[in-house]
Amino acid sequence: MSQFVQQLVAGLGEGAIYASLALALVLIYRATHIINFAQGEMGMFSTYIAWALITHHGFGFWEAFFLTIGISFLGGAAIQQVVIRPLQRGGELTVVMATIALLVILNGLASWIWQPDEKLLQSPLSGGTWSIGDVAIPQQSVYDFLVVLGCVILLWAFFNFTKLGLAMRASAVNPAASRLLGVRVQVMLAVGWGLAAALSAVSGMLAAPAQFVFTPTFMQVYIVYAFAAAVLGGIESPVGAILGGLSLGVTINLLGTYVDFITPEMELPVALAILLIVLILRPAGLVGRVAVRRV
Amino acid sequence: MSALRISPWGVGATLAGALAIVLLPLVLGDTHEYRFAFVGCYFIAALGLQILTGYAGQISLGHSGFMMIGAYTTGILSIDHGWNPLVTLPVAGLIAGAGGFLFGFPALRLRGVYLALATFAIPIALAAFVKKYPGFTGGGSGKPMDQSLSGHEAYLRTWPIAGVLFVVAWLLLRGRLGRAFRTVRESEIAAVSSGVNLALTKTLAFGISAFFAGVGGGLFTITFGYLSPVPFDITLSILLLVGVVVGGLGSLIGVIFGALFIEYVPLYAPDILGWLEKPFGSPLDPKRAGAPAAVYGFILLLVLYLVPSGVAGLLRSALRFVDRRVKLSPTQVAPQVSSTRREA
Amino acid sequence: MPPLLELTEVHARYGQVRALHGVSLAVEEGEVVALLGANGAGKTTTLRAISGMVARDGGLRFDGKALPRTPEGSARLGITHVPEGRGILAELTVWENLTMGAYLRRDRKAVRGDLDAISDELPWLRDRRGQQAGTLSGGEQQMLALARARMSRPRLLLLDEPSLGLAPLVVREFFGLVRRLNETQGLTVLVVEQNANIALDVSSRAYLLEVGRVALSGSSDELQRHEGVRSSYLGY
Repeated sequence: MSQFVQQLVAGLGEGAIYASLALALVLIYRATHIINFAQGEMGMFSTYIAWALITHHGFGFWEAFFLTIGISFLGGAAIQQVVIRPLQRGGELTVVMATIALLVILNGLASWIWQPDEKLLQSPLSGGTWSIGDVAIPQQSVYDFLVVLGCVILLWAFFNFTKLGLAMRASAVNPAASRLLGVRVQVMLAVGWGLAAALSAVSGMLAAPAQFVFTPTFMQVYIVYAFAAAVLGGIESPVGAILGGLSLGVTINLLGTYVDFITPEMELPVALAILLIVLILRPAGLVGRVAVRRV
Repeated sequence: MSALRISPWGVGATLAGALAIVLLPLVLGDTHEYRFAFVGCYFIAALGLQILTGYAGQISLGHSGFMMIGAYTTGILSIDHGWNPLVTLPVAGLIAGAGGFLFGFPALRLRGVYLALATFAIPIALAAFVKKYPGFTGGGSGKPMDQSLSGHEAYLRTWPIAGVLFVVAWLLLRGRLGRAFRTVRESEIAAVSSGVNLALTKTLAFGISAFFAGVGGGLFTITFGYLSPVPFDITLSILLLVGVVVGGLGSLIGVIFGALFIEYVPLYAPDILGWLEKPFGSPLDPKRAGAPAAVYGFILLLVLYLVPSGVAGLLRSALRFVDRRVKLSPTQVAPQVSSTRREA
Repeated sequence: MPPLLELTEVHARYGQVRALHGVSLAVEEGEVVALLGANGAGKTTTLRAISGMVARDGGLRFDGKALPRTPEGSARLGITHVPEGRGILAELTVWENLTMGAYLRRDRKAVRGDLDAISDELPWLRDRRGQQAGTLSGGEQQMLALARARMSRPRLLLLDEPSLGLAPLVVREFFGLVRRLNETQGLTVLVVEQNANIALDVSSRAYLLEVGRVALSGSSDELQRHEGVRSSYLGY
């Protein structure tokens, strides 16, 4: 029983990281109907920025954390304006290819600038355990969960209680009508990419200490889980992405603990198998509704 | 997309390419012959991806996974069961093709985005299986093939097969199947209403595409002389897709430029960055890790901006330009150009 | 004093297809002007040219100044365009749709006042404030679109085929409201309509478009009596 609770908490912590990255994917998907394949690498690059700020520029963790979120926001907005916007006329395939190009570029740049060897992100969030009876709760998992929860609440408030958030939802729903109301849709898209970049920065900065050390490829596993989480949630639903991420984290952790066959290297294939089964049974994901398809 | 009609440019380019392939061993040294053997392997796999992406309009980030299936078929049959490596290639293609076909079934229920996401998982999942069953696969560290080839030998094994598969791809695409693929790409609604079986067509596109990748993977292992999961990671999938776009979506002959791009850009990336360093100056050492990838990505972005039709499209418009110059006297050129534009 | 909106020799095209071949018209402050014509005559394109939804050439002046080329820009000048299909933000609530109408306004207090006034007039807006706008009926959506347009306090309101797909009773209610707003608040309206009867009733002047050109113009009374208009567009 104590092991079960431990693994449940650990799963929620892992799942929170998947959820935040999945939420970033959903933000961009809702606004532009493309999958940003570079989302994970954006988080990876942000994590290196945070590492450099701490290691080379003497910042404390929290200063670096918030500074990195700000830098990532600006970077994401700039990517939308400079890379994505000029290609929008070329169609979906072109934009998706551009995000793949970004994936390659960011990955290359990170190895190039900071070397591909293992780095350590010192985080006050990693640490020991709380003992409640014979249950040892991993503190890091609880912190990860709380940080992501905080981000989600902030985003929810932003989209529901601010004029900018409302305008962003409007332009995602009906860009042409929103422009007629005076909304600068391209600015909204830039803000959307900025927010997605900031979210993936958070997930990167939580994932790096959770993995102990990190390299330029460390987010590739997370992005696959995040894809799975977003798809489980029906790709357009923020709530679905969060639930998808958390349930994936918990399921994988419990399976890894109780099923002998599922060794660490098998966790990803198993997750993908679960995903495929869910999609075959419920094509719109766990919480999504089946959209009317014109085929 | 006129690559399927027998256009003079297509025939000319194909003949020129074939001639070059035949003559190249006379001028290349062993090192570059060896590299060109890899170009041939990429060419075959990218042909498969071109069929899927350029013709049927489906994105796959899983083709390195299908290559891996082919590689392990060839490797295991020849190392553990004593088959002649070349004989294993059709089997490699068929098993990979079956894998692609089977993958296509659940994938059918997925719309475009989901499909691309699902394919992303193929190489990652397969690599995990390889590590899980080391007795069968050789595990993460892999195992050597019985025979290691010189550059010349590898070249002679790779390119005849590549040539045959190029013709096969061309024959497949010029017929009914090719037309069905293109209808699916242009519009799924139109495809259904014109009697194309959408499910079967998409799955078939996956299967055929994976067959090519499987043969490419098998040849890769023969050329490389070592069976290992490392070359077939997600990066190779991305590179194949990059190669297809750089070569030109929807052009079979363009794939050759994509394959050259995949093999040679990492080699020359430090030089390319070196040139940039002269005028701009750079604090970064172009020989460090990551530089080739960054160059790759930037070139891909440039292609998307400047020549969305890829190298093949660029060549085609260049030839058309020359063609017009030759046919018309200089005084006629200008008005002719503007009047055709008005009619269009 | 120049007219509020003045179009001289406006051309527009969709890709290679030319849709407007030199349209000239004017709208004075405080009047309701109707734009009539058959399908494909260029009515909708004319509105799109004004609000910058389609690329165009020629003279377009609003309040004596050249019109900007983007929808955002023309919205900032006070041109509110209710497009074909009403432009409802389907997944947003009724209240959010209304709020978005006032997106460009900075005077929060006045916005709240307008919101109150409009929902006093149409109490169902308040009753169903939390409902997703996409689930409203066609008529309700059209009334919501008009209410949202009023939230922007437009200097010029462009209406595109408001009667399309609506029951006759709803159409009458809608145009009654437009006329009242014009009479009581001096709202300036340029309305595109296929239903020439009701459009000529509510407007003071009208233009008749044929294949991308103004074929006929005059006061609405004159047009109602015009032989050709009667036989081709009014049906009696």
